[in-house]
Amino acid sequence: MKKFTLSATVAVSLACFAGTASAQVSDALVVDGTTISTSAPAADWLDIDQVLSGWSFRTDETRALQMDDFDNPGMIFVDQAIDDWNTVDGTAGKSCASCHDGPESFAGLRAELPRWDEAQGRVMNMEDYINVSRVEHMGAEPWKWAKPRMDAMVALLSLQSRGMTINVAIDGPAADMWEQGRELYYTRVGQLDMACSNCHEDNYGNMIRADHLSQGQINGFPAYRLKNAKLNSTHGRFSGCMKNIRAQPFGVGSDEFRALELYVASRGNGLSVEGPSVRN
Amino acid sequence: MADNVKPRVRVPRSAVAGEAFEIKTLISHKMESGARKDSDGNTIPRSIIHHFSCDFNGENVIQAALEGAISTNPYIQFEASIEESGTFTFTWQDDDGSEYTDSKDITVG
Repeated sequence: MKKFTLSATVAVSLACFAGTASAQVSDALVVDGTTISTSAPAADWLDIDQVLSGWSFRTDETRALQMDDFDNPGMIFVDQAIDDWNTVDGTAGKSCASCHDGPESFAGLRAELPRWDEAQGRVMNMEDYINVSRVEHMGAEPWKWAKPRMDAMVALLSLQSRGMTINVAIDGPAADMWEQGRELYYTRVGQLDMACSNCHEDNYGNMIRADHLSQGQINGFPAYRLKNAKLNSTHGRFSGCMKNIRAQPFGVGSDEFRALELYVASRGNGLSVEGPSVRN
Repeated sequence: MADNVKPRVRVPRSAVAGEAFEIKTLISHKMESGARKDSDGNTIPRSIIHHFSCDFNGENVIQAALEGAISTNPYIQFEASIEESGTFTFTWQDDDGSEYTDSKDITVG
């Protein structure tokens, strides 16, 4: 009798597991009545058929947190960024609000970043735009990357593009940098001798110990991670990944990570902007 | 007063008399446990929200005592049912003596 009970339990738990695995892609991410696309056909230069948001790989509970802005802990930081938006800083005596209509005026920007900026003559990220504004227009100190105030402001500006389709240009003046990023993505580094692609292209959907490997898409960044209860920037996450494979991470804001961000962002073309997302 | 403390509450605008509905509350707070040490080995003093209460038209709905193990940005969700229109008031008490409040009106009908 005892044996029978045990095997029945095993069967039930296996069935549950199979259930969650098959439900992976079909569920829709709906926030405030807006459906956010979490899968899209992959670009033809990719070796995968479909690009999937990291949201698809998380548990039902974690997914649910992102489906309601009240439950999404990342929104706390968005509120903090709104305070910063209205705070005067620097020698020019200006705040963000002095020049811009409102954060809403940045709708669509996140979907295209990183992008080549003709006026600046380089590929710009959200952090670059924030710091250009702070230094050139406000006369304030630039914010450090991957720090709370910067990440919160990136989250506020990303939120304005939520639901919009990622469309990062990989041709034109950004092509060289994109090529460099692609090379980094496929280069094995660190003591474990692994490339980004080994986990996020060859093995997404599989478990790496207790972690469910995603495709490593960055459409949801900055991401609120349950493990550290704060917003995590793209470059901060890249660093974390590199430490995991026992490599010496490139610097946050370095040319290498900028190139990698451009390439990884373009891999998500077709997905929707989710930031601030909730991940574990 | 601790930094960046902002209470957030969600209460439905209207309700049916006697029928339970959901209330969600969240307050951003660092909830320093008092068990951690800084880089010099000194104990970082406890700084948490230690008490939460919700009242409806002066009558207490729920009270909660929060301890040092409660994580940052405490989130409390509960259900209530009411017979008449009125106002929910929410109060969080901080270790440093400050009190944060929020209130929401609700109509029955």
